[in-house]
Amino acid sequence: MTINVTFDDVNIGDEIPAWSRKTGFMEWNRYAAVNDEFVPFHMDDEAGRAAKNEQGAFGMGNLRYAYIVNALQDWIGDEGEIREVGCQYRAINQKGDVLTVTGKVTDKKEENGEKLVYLDTNVVNQDGQATCPGHAIVVLP
Amino acid sequence: MPEAAKSLVTPDMEERKGVWGNERTSYPVSESDIRKWAIATYWPETPPRLFWDADYAATTRWGGIVAPMDFNPFAWPPERPQMRAAGAAQARSGRRLTVMNGGQTDTYGARMRPGDVIRSRSRLRDWEERQGRLGQTLFVYQETEWHNQKDELVRRRVSISIRY
Repeated sequence: MTINVTFDDVNIGDEIPAWSRKTGFMEWNRYAAVNDEFVPFHMDDEAGRAAKNEQGAFGMGNLRYAYIVNALQDWIGDEGEIREVGCQYRAINQKGDVLTVTGKVTDKKEENGEKLVYLDTNVVNQDGQATCPGHAIVVLP
Repeated sequence: MPEAAKSLVTPDMEERKGVWGNERTSYPVSESDIRKWAIATYWPETPPRLFWDADYAATTRWGGIVAPMDFNPFAWPPERPQMRAAGAAQARSGRRLTVMNGGQTDTYGARMRPGDVIRSRSRLRDWEERQGRLGQTLFVYQETEWHNQKDELVRRRVSISIRY
């Protein structure tokens, strides 16, 4: 269900609802199919090991990025707008990982007639490891 | 060893710095492309109706279906482009470098919609070189802009590749 958040609803320090996915070949292959991203180390354990990941194939950074975008989209609803998303890939997405997107509001202000909300974001795995620190800016009604 | 010999920056990178190139034009975006993208990235949950239900999407501020912000309209070209990397993956010495995806920052403008035709161009914007725990390390910043058929900026991406 889409919940439309407004600028007035948001306070500095608020956290967005956690957004999780268990990831593996079912998710990676679907993403490869739409993004035309058939890179051997995302699809084949042997190729993953050849790329120096002992556990075999590993997930796409682009899909982790999509999860951040989706978490923000689900939080702001259909009337809000994502203005900026940035992240750094710090750890590999292993098969079977449960990835959870987190986000915390760090600032809110009106600029040029737009109501902007600033967030620190991350993608945390089931071991609590922060795999993808980043930031986002959204525009809210 | 002289500083220039230790540097991972190549003459080719110096030449291409700041020069826009790699221009591409997408096929028109279709509703079906958007729906499949949303299903794949929300799997196994159902994606928001904004991405696949035209009647619902017409009631929103967007007035119709729009694409998820991370949608790639350049997937599946019939002729496979030879993408040129942001910098040569080889040091001046000829040593092959390890290249890692360091992340990206995307700034978004106009939303992508069915029927849009997106133009892309990119350039090697800049780099930083420093000693890290992996030795001499080069951070290369590649900038890519997407515009729609109305010449509105859709997305500006600055991606970082790490070479050592």
